[in-house]
Amino acid sequence: MWHFFHQLGSPKHFYRIAGRWIPWLAVACVVSMLYGLYQGLLVAPTDYQQGDSYRIMFIHVPAAWMSLFIYVVMAGAGAIGLIWHMKLAEVVAISSAPIGASFTFLALITGSIWGKPMWGTWWVWDARLTSELILLFLYLGVMALYGAVEDKRTAARATAILALVGVVNIPIIHYSVEWWNTLHQGPTVTKFDTPSIDLRMLIPLLVMAVAFKLFYVVVLLMRARVEVLERERNTQWVRELVGSP
Amino acid sequence: MNTPSLSRAFGLLLWRDLTLAFRRRTELFNPLLFFVLVTSLFPLGIGAEPALLRAVGPGIIWVAALLAALLSLDSVFRSDFEDGSLEQFLISAQPLSILVLAKVVAHWLITGLPLLIVAPLLGLLLDLPTASIVTLMLTLALGTPVLSLIGAIGVALTVGLRRGGVILSLLVLPLYVPVLIFAANAVESAGAGLSIAAHLSLLSALLALAVSLSPLAAAAALKISLS
Repeated sequence: MWHFFHQLGSPKHFYRIAGRWIPWLAVACVVSMLYGLYQGLLVAPTDYQQGDSYRIMFIHVPAAWMSLFIYVVMAGAGAIGLIWHMKLAEVVAISSAPIGASFTFLALITGSIWGKPMWGTWWVWDARLTSELILLFLYLGVMALYGAVEDKRTAARATAILALVGVVNIPIIHYSVEWWNTLHQGPTVTKFDTPSIDLRMLIPLLVMAVAFKLFYVVVLLMRARVEVLERERNTQWVRELVGSP
Repeated sequence: MNTPSLSRAFGLLLWRDLTLAFRRRTELFNPLLFFVLVTSLFPLGIGAEPALLRAVGPGIIWVAALLAALLSLDSVFRSDFEDGSLEQFLISAQPLSILVLAKVVAHWLITGLPLLIVAPLLGLLLDLPTASIVTLMLTLALGTPVLSLIGAIGVALTVGLRRGGVILSLLVLPLYVPVLIFAANAVESAGAGLSIAAHLSLLSALLALAVSLSPLAAAAALKISLS
């Protein structure tokens, strides 16, 4: 058991093991996503108030969950990389950033498309929307910093600090935005007027959440493999793998 | 050679930075000028109706203060990085976070405090009531140190980069959002005759949090940037 985890920490073995896992995880991802979409788009009942347009929720809500989840993973991996100098944790942290930014963007776009028929406008300065937008900026900051520092190990450590600072700030930002919103007495629109969600809607939602998580893991492993290859390009095993002298 | 005590090192570094700043007096006024200029651009852009200016004034002044703080941030570590003093701080016997705090305090005294002094003038220009102006000064006194402290982390991360300026704003501005919200709202509430105790408490909490944590983060960032 421990032996396995130690192996996973070494770039060479990680490359091999991740390569073996990716196909299986990808199949699981596709299956659960197809099932979730089928259940969500065709089987789940129509909402009594929002009609069929609520069905974008099955993309929007899991994407919003992922946007926060990935940021926490990124900061956690960054902290592990900073404290124990684990190369692989740095790779995971930095490979997560673009995926997280994409999910955040997806959540914003789908929220906007959802908002048009529901609220009658593309954008509301609602507390959740605003904090999601700021989260996107935080992701972009992390990616910009990583791109700007030339030495990639230094870059990974610098972005880890930034991600940790961001993690401390996310709750503060979220509550400040929420409070700002209530003070402004803006258009108070609640997303779910029903007190609880129908089980036939909840199950596809959870399935989609699982599918999105699997998608994240697959893409993360693929990105991490590329990153590992690039970082270890001067080592023996990569040369043997590529077949160059 | 015996090393000076911690408080003495703090004081010496603070004094050194203040002296250096006063030797270059023209640079001292640049962020201040920027602050006044940006604020006075807004009435030209959105129209000079007193009611409109009174409504948006707190936000304008605070956004301008944010930008002025951002503009002056680069000078916290830049010259020390270029002449190598930063590396000396790194290997000195004193904890780096305390030295960072001394530098940030000096930076705030040079760039943050003048904003506080000129703010009432801007409040008058934008036709803010007296209660708002007093609150504006209070929020600036509590808020601008937070801006300097958070900004120091960003500068520490980007000090080794050749073009750190744009990236610095990308890193730091999202983190400034809570300060902006609480401060601008406090001024607005004061104008409407509401209580501002909650806003000020929250700003003070942010300041306490920033004072205790950001020197540590900035010191860690400096160590990485200089490695």
